[in-house]
Amino acid sequence: MSNDDKPLKKVCIICAKANLEDVYATLVMANGAVMEGIEAKVFFTFFGLDAITKKQMNKLHTATLGNPGMRMPGGAPFPSLLGLIPGVESGVSAMMKSQMEALDIPPVDEFLEMITAGGGEIFACKLAMDMFKLKESDLWDGCSGVLTVGDFYAKCGGEGTQIIFT
Amino acid sequence: MAQATLATYSVEVNEEGYMLQPDQWNKEIAEAIASELGIKLTNKHYEVINYLREQYAAGNALTIRKVGQSGITDIKGLYVLFPKGPLKYSSKIAGIPKPASCV
Repeated sequence: MSNDDKPLKKVCIICAKANLEDVYATLVMANGAVMEGIEAKVFFTFFGLDAITKKQMNKLHTATLGNPGMRMPGGAPFPSLLGLIPGVESGVSAMMKSQMEALDIPPVDEFLEMITAGGGEIFACKLAMDMFKLKESDLWDGCSGVLTVGDFYAKCGGEGTQIIFT
Repeated sequence: MAQATLATYSVEVNEEGYMLQPDQWNKEIAEAIASELGIKLTNKHYEVINYLREQYAAGNALTIRKVGQSGITDIKGLYVLFPKGPLKYSSKIAGIPKPASCV
């Protein structure tokens, strides 16, 4: 590979959304980095905080309304109005979770543990914490801290670092 | 595809040095690959390596989560055994192809 002279050494990933797919994209990328020996720092902000809030972290949903990627099993279009029916979003989310489990993709709390087991670090955004009136005790215990944006950027220095916004 | 000489044995490897024929593997080869990676193999390493070889032979997909649930070591321990490459380095030393896994 031609990238060998300047390899990627660190990824700083920012997650601002609570959809199942946005959170898992973040977790897969962070875990994948750590598994490759790349340092990973993850910053959860705004609705992304749900992913590291004890009460919410294992109850994330994918949106069945306003999600153009949504399909019926088998690939037929997913009628938008179906997404309005109570229980459909939960059912779809449960189905996605079971399909991920089959691929050995763990629930959110276990995934975060895998990332931190490899030295990855998880941070919460102070501004969003204040906005949602969350306390540190509401957060997943493995969180490394609550940071301002400036604090987070201070951790994103160094050659071979990339900031990724999911 | 290429031939590489590991601990006096000529084996088939891919461009990243992963063995392509797991039956060409032996402990001397494992030691040679491990020392290239700066890893000193202990019994615990071999437990993981043997587990990976068994799972590979059985056609199962390999993930660090699976190793963590194997009862041999947890994921943190796996990172201690194979720093910066819990799955890729362990697989390389185990003489199996590089797992195409994101978890």
